[in-house]
Amino acid sequence: MAEENVLTAGALTLEQDWKMPDRGTVGIIFLIITKTALFSIFVAAYLIYIGKSLVGPYPKDVLELPILATICLLSSSGTIVFAEHALEKGHLGQFKLWWIVTICLGLEFLTATGLEWRKLIVHDHLTISTNLFGTTFYSLVGLHASHVTVGMVFLLLVLAVTLFRFPIETQKRRVKFLSWYWHFVDAVWVVVFTVVYIIGR
Amino acid sequence: MASIDYPLERPDIEDTGWHFAENLYRWIATVDHKKLGLMYIVSALIFLCVAGVMAVVIRLQLAFPNGHVVDPDTYDRLFTMHGTTMVFLVGMPIVAGLSNYLVPLMIGARDMAFPRLNSFGFWIFLFGGLLLYYSYIGGSGLSGAGSAPDVGWFAYAPLTTKSFSRGHSVDYWALGVLVSGFGSIASAINVIATTISLRCPGMTLSKMPMFVWVMLVDAWLILIALPPLSAGQIMLLLDRYLGANFFNTQHGGSAVLWQHIFWIFGHPEVYILIFPAFAILSELVPIFSRKPLFGRPAMVGAVVAIGFISLGVWAHHMFAVGMTSWSNTFFAASSMLVGIPTGIKIFNWTATMYGGRIRLLTPMLFCCAFLLQFLVAGLTGIMLAVAPFDWQLHDSYFVVAHFHFTLAGGLVTALFGGFYYWYPKVAGRMYNETLAKWHFWLFIIGFNLTFIPLHFAGTLGMPRRIYTYAPGRGWEIWNQLASLGALMQAAAVTLFAWNVIYSAIKGEPAGDDPWDAWTLEWGTTSPPPEYNFEKLPVVRSSRPLWDLKHPNDPDWKYE
Amino acid sequence: MPMYAFLAWLQTHAEGLPEHRIANIFEPRSTPGDMERHIANLTLGITGIIFVVVGGLIVYTIWRFRRKPGDDSRQEPPQVYGSNQIEIAWTVIPILIVFILIGVSARVIAAIQNASPPHSTLKIRLIGHQWWWEVEYPDFKVKTANEIHVPVNADGHTATYLQLESLDVIHSFWVPQIAGKTDLIPNRVNYMWIDPKEAGIFFGNCAEYCGTQHANMLLRLVVQPQNEFNAWVAQQAQPAEANPVDPGVAQGKNMFESLACVNCHRVQGTTATGVFGPDLTHLMSRQTIGAGVLPMNHQNLRDWVNDPQNAKPGCFMPSMKLTDAELDQVVSYLESLR
Repeated sequence: MAEENVLTAGALTLEQDWKMPDRGTVGIIFLIITKTALFSIFVAAYLIYIGKSLVGPYPKDVLELPILATICLLSSSGTIVFAEHALEKGHLGQFKLWWIVTICLGLEFLTATGLEWRKLIVHDHLTISTNLFGTTFYSLVGLHASHVTVGMVFLLLVLAVTLFRFPIETQKRRVKFLSWYWHFVDAVWVVVFTVVYIIGR
Repeated sequence: MASIDYPLERPDIEDTGWHFAENLYRWIATVDHKKLGLMYIVSALIFLCVAGVMAVVIRLQLAFPNGHVVDPDTYDRLFTMHGTTMVFLVGMPIVAGLSNYLVPLMIGARDMAFPRLNSFGFWIFLFGGLLLYYSYIGGSGLSGAGSAPDVGWFAYAPLTTKSFSRGHSVDYWALGVLVSGFGSIASAINVIATTISLRCPGMTLSKMPMFVWVMLVDAWLILIALPPLSAGQIMLLLDRYLGANFFNTQHGGSAVLWQHIFWIFGHPEVYILIFPAFAILSELVPIFSRKPLFGRPAMVGAVVAIGFISLGVWAHHMFAVGMTSWSNTFFAASSMLVGIPTGIKIFNWTATMYGGRIRLLTPMLFCCAFLLQFLVAGLTGIMLAVAPFDWQLHDSYFVVAHFHFTLAGGLVTALFGGFYYWYPKVAGRMYNETLAKWHFWLFIIGFNLTFIPLHFAGTLGMPRRIYTYAPGRGWEIWNQLASLGALMQAAAVTLFAWNVIYSAIKGEPAGDDPWDAWTLEWGTTSPPPEYNFEKLPVVRSSRPLWDLKHPNDPDWKYE
Repeated sequence: MPMYAFLAWLQTHAEGLPEHRIANIFEPRSTPGDMERHIANLTLGITGIIFVVVGGLIVYTIWRFRRKPGDDSRQEPPQVYGSNQIEIAWTVIPILIVFILIGVSARVIAAIQNASPPHSTLKIRLIGHQWWWEVEYPDFKVKTANEIHVPVNADGHTATYLQLESLDVIHSFWVPQIAGKTDLIPNRVNYMWIDPKEAGIFFGNCAEYCGTQHANMLLRLVVQPQNEFNAWVAQQAQPAEANPVDPGVAQGKNMFESLACVNCHRVQGTTATGVFGPDLTHLMSRQTIGAGVLPMNHQNLRDWVNDPQNAKPGCFMPSMKLTDAELDQVVSYLESLR
């Protein structure tokens, strides 16, 4: 075979020192990049349509700042890091604890979004078809919430794996990737919050 | 280490003769990058034939004024499905297929980074494609007549909204393309992770084959450019199913927003489609000229530059929508700038040939035709970038001629070259050179006969997407020539198909390295074993097999 | 070209104006079109030179360095990896060319888009419909369809400003010999200006795909001397006869008004006030039927009213399923709308 002859002095050490980036890391980074491209179009559409609604209700009349939900979601980024660290050090009990806290915070966020939508639809009669505000609001916030939901499914999966005493410590990489995804979802919320609740209001 | 944790031998996948069910199962359940790559390419070729037949019907309809081959609705569906198929079901799987088959072989890896994701990507792509074609049966929903989308591959709002497109044909377009897009994204992430993480020892980025470089930037463009289309299609579906108002102009929605979103995807997309041609040229021209690629760093720089500049040129498709003069000037300028790296590529390929010993076999003939045709396409592209000129040329047959010169004269021509070049590696047998030469001449003459005249029809005011035209406007002769050329192209593709099938059974055994080539895929058997390389290679230059064949004068001494 | 001349002769010559059926963008008859032709010629010149030089180089290289038949020696040519000087040269030269083109484009874009109208301009509101053009002269309260009448720019100070709108999907205004395209986009207003310098009938099309009958959304720009244009406008501003004297026509009018025609068509001065279809007040003054699909004459008009789907399948005007007698009455009424 070819490679035998290509080996010249020094190539053997080359082979031993040959370190490439982890493919999972590369994969998750580029998944996040492509997701960012998806979100930026929805964010751009939101920005373009600010103030273009022909009929009410308008954002300033019906939107309330979701302070508690925001605090929950952002702090869950911290708790997932604690969980990761605990797993890294092998403290499974702590890991479980922080993981459950993360899940609770995420659930609180989703619940708050659900209640907000309920209020907007039932009380303010704002649906996706009412006006451009409704259209862009539900699609942008909904797109984000759907990503939170997907993250939540994976968080719960990890929890189930841990509770059934499968050796989660062998899956440190995957837990790390999940936590990156979770950070990404949080970062997107910062943008969505700014655009929808600050600029758009 | 991620790259060498595969078992060296896999006796379970040794071929044990021809058992239909077993073989079928092997192909369906495979996660092997070569099988998936082949399935991508074969599906793309089948879709190419389907869309090619549509093109022939279109040309028959337009061959004479007041043509009555098909009715207007059928014609509109034909050009919509032709465009959609060629872009999403031929161009995109070709990108995925070529990079799947060749990238791991060229970088000395045993598979892609995520083999199961790879398999998912292929099947979801195929599902999306079939879903789109199912519209011919299910497009009108319960009424049963059935119809494919008739809104153009660009699907401009508000023609696609519920008010102007009843039934479900537009939903099939949006869903089918959206779903097949997931496959492209999966495959793009895979290509990036593979090239970044699985290169064999010694293959630094500067020693990576040019083909892999181009496909890497191509995957990057897919990741950035495709999500905007998905976003637009999600918005469109929200409009159509939930009554959202993104593109509903009656509720203040903007028809221009769709154009922006579509072309933010759409222009990088044409670079995504042409990149495989660049990749093929960058391998074939050196091999057949017997010289290394001229100005390799400049070539890498050019392709990376295209990968970024092409993200900022989209609104040159929208010079006629009434943007401000500043926007028009900006996009005219950025569009012309993208011509510079493209020019550098053409110059470097020519310089690679200069001083070489050019073997004019079929693959190289296609490369030569590519260079001249792509030059024409690039220059008409400059004309279209000059916004005031574009106000005249936009949406005329001149544009049709221009982008068929890039995609048929560029991409498809280079692809034929690439297919002939790698055919012996994939099939283990040589194609028939005489038939291939016939294919070449018939195709090139037919292609030019089709698309050169259409430039003139465009300058005589013939708009695109018209199903018929009245006599006496000076368009007849150009359309007749074009239709004649289309028939020649159809004949040429038939020859190609025959050559591929016939040679796979009756061709001469090709040997491992029929071209005396320099990249790693020629260092393994033809066809390669499932594990690609018995032992992972170690490389010291961008032409590892050259180093092997010229031990006294290896490349790594110069690079 | 004799065939074209013959076919052009077949077409009706309503006003004795020369018909420009062959809409060559390189034979413009208006200032914007002329500016576009100039920059087109410059671009063609530059790209033409590039084509000859680069294409020649490619062909020369292939020919000069091809391996002759029978040459099977395995001798490899000198391995050249690149040259920075050459790379810089063929990067800098295209950059210079591109900057020239960018500069010229910027100037022409500004000259066409940012020109301010002279005081005495004609204003026209052009509204796109699937698949016909509504033409409104707001200053004269005149509405017509599919033919735009404008005065010729004889003194160099007459221009026509078009306000482009759409009521359904996107269309695009294109009369190649007059100017490049501008789109008609719903929920958006675009503007463009033209100043045809020669009397004549110029052919155009809708240039943005707008549905089934996009191909038959044709347009005529009728450029007339100022006095003829004034006469035309004055005539178009007249309402139709409220009580026709001719009994046949009166009968036809009753028939027309009893049918669903009036839901879509307007005949000024009568009870027909529809707005979805073309205004028919001066139908017979137009050269074509169905946005250019048929030349205007008795037989074509009768066939069209009988079943528009024959000539223009998919258009929104239905066949009214009239009997021959009813058809004759309606057509005789329509033919009175001069």
